[in-house]
Amino acid sequence: MIYRETGQFKTSYASDQQLFPILQDRVFVIGFLVFAFGVMPFVASEYMFRAILVPFLILSLAALGLNVLVGYCGQVSLGTGGFMAVGAYAAYNLAVRVPDLNLLVVFVLAGLCATIVGVLFGIPSLRIKGFYLAVATLAAQFFIDWLFARVKWFTNDSSSGSVSAPPLAMFGFPIESPAEKYLFVLAIVVVFALVARNLTRGAIGRSWMATRDMDVAAAVIGIRPLTAKLSAFAVSSFFVGVSGALWGFVYLGSWEPLAFDVNRSFQLLFMVIIGGLGSILGSFLGAAFIVILPLALNQLPAALGIRLSTAMISHIELMIFGALIVFFLIVEPRGLARLWAIAKEKLRLWPFPH
Amino acid sequence: MKHATRMKAALALALAGAMGVALDAAAQANEIFVPALVYRTGAYAPNGVPWADGFVDYLKLVKARDGGVNGNKIAYEECETGYATDRGDECYERLKSKKPVAFSPLSTGITYALIDKVPADKIVLITAGYGRADSVDGGDFKYVFPMLGTYWDAADILVQHVKTKGSLKGKKIALVYHDSPYGKEPIPVLEALSKSEGFELLKLPVTHPGVEQKATWLQIRQQRPDYVFLWGWGVMNSTAIKEAIAVSYPRLQMYGVWWAAAEPDVLPAEMAAKGYNGLALGHSSESNNPIHKDMIKYLYDKGQGTAAKKEEVGSVLYNRGMLSAMLTIESIRSAQGKYGKRVVTGEEVQWGAEHLNLDAARLKALGVDGMMQPMKTSCSDHEGVRKARIHTWDGSKWSYTSDWYESDAKLLRPMIKASADKYAAEKKFEARDCSKVS
Amino acid sequence: MSATARNLTVAFFVLLVAGAVSPMVIGSTKFPQWLEVALGGLLTGVLYSLVALGLVLIFKASGVFNFAQGAMVLFAALTLVRLMEKMPFAVAVVATLAVMFALAFVIERLVLRPLVNQEGIVLFMATLGVAYFLDGFGQALWGSEIYTLNVGMPKEPRIILQGTFEGGVLLDMEDLVAAGIAATLVAALMLFFQKTATGRALRAVADDHQAAQSVGIPLNRIWVIVWSVAGLVALVAGVVWGSKLGVQFSLSQVALKALPVVILGGFTSIPGAIVGGLIIGLGEKLSEVYLGPTLGGGIENWFAYVLALVFLLFRPEGLFGEKIIDRV
Repeated sequence: MIYRETGQFKTSYASDQQLFPILQDRVFVIGFLVFAFGVMPFVASEYMFRAILVPFLILSLAALGLNVLVGYCGQVSLGTGGFMAVGAYAAYNLAVRVPDLNLLVVFVLAGLCATIVGVLFGIPSLRIKGFYLAVATLAAQFFIDWLFARVKWFTNDSSSGSVSAPPLAMFGFPIESPAEKYLFVLAIVVVFALVARNLTRGAIGRSWMATRDMDVAAAVIGIRPLTAKLSAFAVSSFFVGVSGALWGFVYLGSWEPLAFDVNRSFQLLFMVIIGGLGSILGSFLGAAFIVILPLALNQLPAALGIRLSTAMISHIELMIFGALIVFFLIVEPRGLARLWAIAKEKLRLWPFPH
Repeated sequence: MKHATRMKAALALALAGAMGVALDAAAQANEIFVPALVYRTGAYAPNGVPWADGFVDYLKLVKARDGGVNGNKIAYEECETGYATDRGDECYERLKSKKPVAFSPLSTGITYALIDKVPADKIVLITAGYGRADSVDGGDFKYVFPMLGTYWDAADILVQHVKTKGSLKGKKIALVYHDSPYGKEPIPVLEALSKSEGFELLKLPVTHPGVEQKATWLQIRQQRPDYVFLWGWGVMNSTAIKEAIAVSYPRLQMYGVWWAAAEPDVLPAEMAAKGYNGLALGHSSESNNPIHKDMIKYLYDKGQGTAAKKEEVGSVLYNRGMLSAMLTIESIRSAQGKYGKRVVTGEEVQWGAEHLNLDAARLKALGVDGMMQPMKTSCSDHEGVRKARIHTWDGSKWSYTSDWYESDAKLLRPMIKASADKYAAEKKFEARDCSKVS
Repeated sequence: MSATARNLTVAFFVLLVAGAVSPMVIGSTKFPQWLEVALGGLLTGVLYSLVALGLVLIFKASGVFNFAQGAMVLFAALTLVRLMEKMPFAVAVVATLAVMFALAFVIERLVLRPLVNQEGIVLFMATLGVAYFLDGFGQALWGSEIYTLNVGMPKEPRIILQGTFEGGVLLDMEDLVAAGIAATLVAALMLFFQKTATGRALRAVADDHQAAQSVGIPLNRIWVIVWSVAGLVALVAGVVWGSKLGVQFSLSQVALKALPVVILGGFTSIPGAIVGGLIIGLGEKLSEVYLGPTLGGGIENWFAYVLALVFLLFRPEGLFGEKIIDRV
């Protein structure tokens, strides 16, 4: 009833191929964007911006990038944290060494640096797959961690090895307040989500999915594994690199390589699994879930009057993450996104199921 | 599909928002909020737990024994950082909404991340015995207080100590350090000293979490340095001592910084760690001071203590956590002396911390006599005291084995000034002129 | 094997050996010093093999790449060390074994059975979940402090060959005993696999699930057995590593050390796990000691991975692994 496509006829190819073919989707998206851009900056508290919204958006972007690789192209990577680090340190070096560069240019160039590194470490995917590849990407993770910790040039000879981002500004306007930071990140993430959506439903996205479903068969029908796999690595690393730069510049402000260690890679992989493999929406849902769960775990027992020690909360957090991964893999391998799709199916008929 | 993203996100955000509101309501207006950034899990938990217990116990004691500070209640909340910079940052943002007056993150990495944020938020950062060494300069670092001692002091004092055993000319000193801002902090001072004293400095980094040290110690066996300085934390310390035993490096020639000289570091190696030395940051494992008796009386006898075992009270890191909390409370008290006995703000506590004067009589009254040296802070000196001595593990307990040393201001002061000014230039802000600050 | 792959493999090992002995040729390193490092590396390598062995066992029998092996090591060690506070060592070992068997049973029931016939990578991710769960569960149950596990391993090193070389060669007795334990365990497992009926059934399942099932081998029970054996291996690894490092959270990280070992040795080969462990241990320590100072130190963390990665490029199945053949 509420979500009904009846009567929406597509009379031209253009209308059939548009981004959101269903009217309700369009209304929702536009409504939501208006809300996110127009209302949120005024109603959200500083805490919301800093501790929830900004990290959620940045991690969504990284999860989006990883989802292109894992969900769409089927190449499991455990080196995401490393590629984020490449983005963050590239952006840092660009900003420090070329002082008057526009911030957006810095981020795009940082993304490109991550792309190069990503493709380089993606080359083994042509020979190996599955968990062999997963372990091979760990090589990238550990090597990159080491590189930024040890090679002083990358940290501009900082004696402590910790670097801090210069003040953020664009076209002369400073980006300082939490709301400004939020809007900045939101704009970037929306653009990237749009790009991802279009890439994945285009020819290149279909070649990724064919490779994911069965690479030998895909090669037989004329998809070059080389192009498909490496392009997935390139696009994914670009997204991840930009998110790394944002994480360092906008969220952390100053950081050390440990901020991008192997646990970050696992965390992002969990977002993708829980949110939904091969789904743009899933990346956002997964990120939201993983950002909010620890906060909820911290607040809920207290709200219910149960006193848990800090340590116990962390242990429970680990247990819930672990159990949920297994749960989703068994019950709903397509994650939260699939649950949402099911809800939509139901909404078609609701409240008159007959 | 995308609208779904947004919808779900909105729901999630609404939920989180509601929680945020609930959280705000919980913080009552007539309480002074002191957040506790702790780590009770992960690779650093063995050392993080006693510190956290001491910190929280002191706050509990102030509540139970004194009913707060000058009649104002103290509220606190723990937040688990896992010694990870980004999680510490998250905790900071989360607890900020409760109007905290001072943070003690117990992590040099987190300190670095927060240093840029505290001036804007007007929250004091008390980093007792860790943190960024050049933040001693209150002109550039208005809100940061590396009280009791910095790593630059520690490096200088360790060199002073080994110098008493004979000239360092032509000798070799190996620095085995945790590869993080914490471990890298002493390097500039040690490099400067190696030039002036004529010793060779070997830098041997150990990667987080520090359980892989075989190669490091094989190198030490081959290079045979005269002294090893251990700048480790968590499991890295006990592993280092065990590996030292495995390559027969004499423990007598090993010196740990004050974070590598506590019970969890030596106990796993048991008797074999005998002779291992460490810096004592004013205190060691004193457990019979009035303050400890109060802890037992007001908390542990009533089953209110934080530590799992009563015996933990008085251990090295427990004491240090306790002193960190005490410095926070005393800064609040000092602020109340100027601004009135009410709930003070972070900005007022900044003044309090900058005018902290804990003389011998005051320390005795606080019940920590002999556990820290009298200290006095000012705008140009956020540290207050820069003294330490050596304590040595005899197989079952720590005991002092040296006199007091004070770090060499002639060496460190110019380095602090240069480094702090570089920071101000990088961040493009105007430093305060301390001669004009009252 | 194609000629190119063979030549590349040979070239790889020639380079490896050349790299290993180069410190003596180019640098000023003396042979006894080199020998010390090499011995240390080999002994560490045996310990890596011990963890890798658990991985290979499970992979062979159920096609699961068990990332949770490290978490199982931690869990076993924590259980043992906390039980030892309340009961004598022998009883505690038996109790811990019982716990590990129960764990194997639960994992089979709740994780593996519902995921039967799924792709390898899905199972891999599921074990990631198991690893997280076990990390949290173990610490919630037993605490997260550092516990001393003393099973009477010798701590003091011994200097050998003092007559032959000046200063002698240092031998870590603790590592040596640990290596002995590992070797015994490997030999016992080999016997178990080759000589017993259960062992043969395990190998049959490893070769082909469906064929094994069709001749009446109960798949589920075999899996429980394999995971129990992996639990046993985890316990031994936990005792050895825990006695070295103290029982604490970082123990679970040893799994990360074992991954390049199985990659290099091949996922399906027990000898591969051992040879791979030795190569990685040796390469890691030599590179750290002789290359580390030039590069800034700390390279052992990625050296093993990069070594394995390079090797994979021309020999994706590893040293002794079965050739992977894809069919449409």
